[in-house]
Amino acid sequence: MTDIAIHVEKLSKKYKLGAMYERQDTLRDLLVSTFRSPFRKKEKREDQTLWALKDISFDIERGSVVGIVGRNGAGKSTLLKVLSRVTDPTSGVGEIRGRVGSLLEVGTGFHPELTGRENIYLNGAILGMKRTEIEKKFDEIVDFSEVVKFIDTPVKRYSSGMYLRLAFAVAAHLEPDILVVDEVLAVGDAEFQRKCLGKMSDVAEQGRTVLFVSHNMSAILRLTTETLVMEKGRIVKRAPSNEAVDYYLSSGFAETGEREWDQDEIPENSAPFLPKVLRIRNEQGQIVNTIRSTEKMSIEFEYKLEEAITGLRVGYYLMSSRGEFVFTTFDTDEPQMYDRFLAREKGHYISRCEIPADTFNDGRFIVGINASTYRIHRYFQDERAISFNVDPAGAPGMQWPEQRLGPTRPRLHWEIEKK
Amino acid sequence: MKQNMVTNQKQIQITYLKPAKGLAALNLKDLWDYRELIYFLTWRDLKVRYKQTVLGFTWVILQPLINMVVFTVLFGQLLKVPTDGIPYPIFSFAALLPWLYFAGSLTRSSTTLVGSANLISKVFFPRMVIPIAGVLSGIVDFLVSLIVLIGMMLFYQITPTWNLLLLPIFLFLAMLTALGFGLWFSALNVRFRDVNHLVPFIIEIWKYATPVIYGATLIPERFRFLLGLNPMTGVVEGFRWAILGSKYVETFNPGPLFIISISITLVVLISGVIFFRNTERTFADII
Repeated sequence: MTDIAIHVEKLSKKYKLGAMYERQDTLRDLLVSTFRSPFRKKEKREDQTLWALKDISFDIERGSVVGIVGRNGAGKSTLLKVLSRVTDPTSGVGEIRGRVGSLLEVGTGFHPELTGRENIYLNGAILGMKRTEIEKKFDEIVDFSEVVKFIDTPVKRYSSGMYLRLAFAVAAHLEPDILVVDEVLAVGDAEFQRKCLGKMSDVAEQGRTVLFVSHNMSAILRLTTETLVMEKGRIVKRAPSNEAVDYYLSSGFAETGEREWDQDEIPENSAPFLPKVLRIRNEQGQIVNTIRSTEKMSIEFEYKLEEAITGLRVGYYLMSSRGEFVFTTFDTDEPQMYDRFLAREKGHYISRCEIPADTFNDGRFIVGINASTYRIHRYFQDERAISFNVDPAGAPGMQWPEQRLGPTRPRLHWEIEKK
Repeated sequence: MKQNMVTNQKQIQITYLKPAKGLAALNLKDLWDYRELIYFLTWRDLKVRYKQTVLGFTWVILQPLINMVVFTVLFGQLLKVPTDGIPYPIFSFAALLPWLYFAGSLTRSSTTLVGSANLISKVFFPRMVIPIAGVLSGIVDFLVSLIVLIGMMLFYQITPTWNLLLLPIFLFLAMLTALGFGLWFSALNVRFRDVNHLVPFIIEIWKYATPVIYGATLIPERFRFLLGLNPMTGVVEGFRWAILGSKYVETFNPGPLFIISISITLVVLISGVIFFRNTERTFADII
């Protein structure tokens, strides 16, 4: 019992949607809405609540590295926020033994005008380090971040990579008893990610507890021993990581080859973009869940634009069931498509993408959706919108009943010359 | 090494998570634990404020000087505001120093909380450190502009009296007043962004309600207690009394006014702390 680092019991967190989305931003709005419907307000409010966390109970042992996976809006971030005391639970209790350190989104608390050196002190203090601690760790932090030469340059002149390294370095040297990591590794180059993951496993080896939220399944598998799967504010599964990741990747998909979005699944901030249906079709145009690798297939996405959007691109990420990306494609990738749909008017659209035969190896693939304008705004994203199976009958090399490595299985042109 | 481990074990802090219900404990110890953060935020404020300005810290001196010149021309020369024989420039400057400190501090402490939204929604720390740092960072500006005051005192040959030793007390009162109102405004600002627009007006009106450009003696004796309801009257008149010493005390004694001012400030400050503590738990959700 003494070796429990985190203990929570029936933790719930309720958000009033009125407070979150249609917040009465100004006094005038509050007055107007109070006068317009002084009696109706109460019942309306009750309907508009969202349980971001619902009856969460678990114990986490000291020194374990636990992953948390789940779709967007499943409550992962809210859970981390409650655990790090940023926000209070609506009901339930918890007990945290030890100092909690959160690895934040890059550079939260960095001030662009201050130099690297100054920001190390400032950010350290924000994360709860004492000045003496920061001084002791200072050289180590600078070493890790590889920005020695620029340590007295304002961070606004840093490249995004340098910025990121410095931010991570400060947080990683915080030496908390419990380290909370929320999706920071989504950014940065491969080399840097490797370094961060390495640092995180060091932290774990020192007997500290790590909670790691990520959409990167391979990072979860590599780093964590155990994983919690969250869905709609609840923990639906807790298991050794490989089992949990498998469960997560295969759960929640309709077996029909079609995915529809209900009103309550669409985040408020996706407007004016409204996702409708995503369909997987085989060569004959039937909506299917399993395609043959020797036939071409198409993925079509139906959506509505309630207003025109300039520069919109709608596309897919394809991911293997091991969590590795296979490819990313957007409907305006081709220059002529890009020019033609530069401004997409209001209306009802289908973006259809044909994938040639002999693309996929056998196995299951996950389609993620992204509708965004480049570097400006992400309207809608669902990393796991739908999945489909690939049947390899007739694929190249089937005469040998062996497992072929890699997610793709292209039919390539071979020549054998005899000299 | 082993011993170290044992003590580490003992020191493990236990945090309890529980729903926010009822009146929050004021828990001022929290603030003490985070005193280094207060220091760093104050320091950041100072560092950043005059970055990428050509004149840098000179602005600290220019601001009250320009104000004083304008006031002297307008109110001293043209409108001839009575100053009980004290030269108008130093009469107004003695009041402008605490007033500018107060106005700057109140603005910062009311608005910086919302400006730190991304911090608040991601990291835990006692939220009150932000308005506190906003009030503290003005002190350095204030101290720098004291140099001008000393220059002016030499120029007008004002001999310092023992009263001057009480100057820090009046400054402290200005600080507490700014903090008290700053806590109210910043907490309200999280919910109602109207505060952002309102604060400049409040400060502008407040300036005229405070004897900065005129002296409290301008107000008929029987209404003067009304001025006392404004804590800044006590501060500003206190400053004049401390700086101008005997010259000023003959015509006006801030004693009774000062007591009313202190009481009002304490009421605002204490209620501000309570209000802030009780709303800060929802900041991360609505900011």
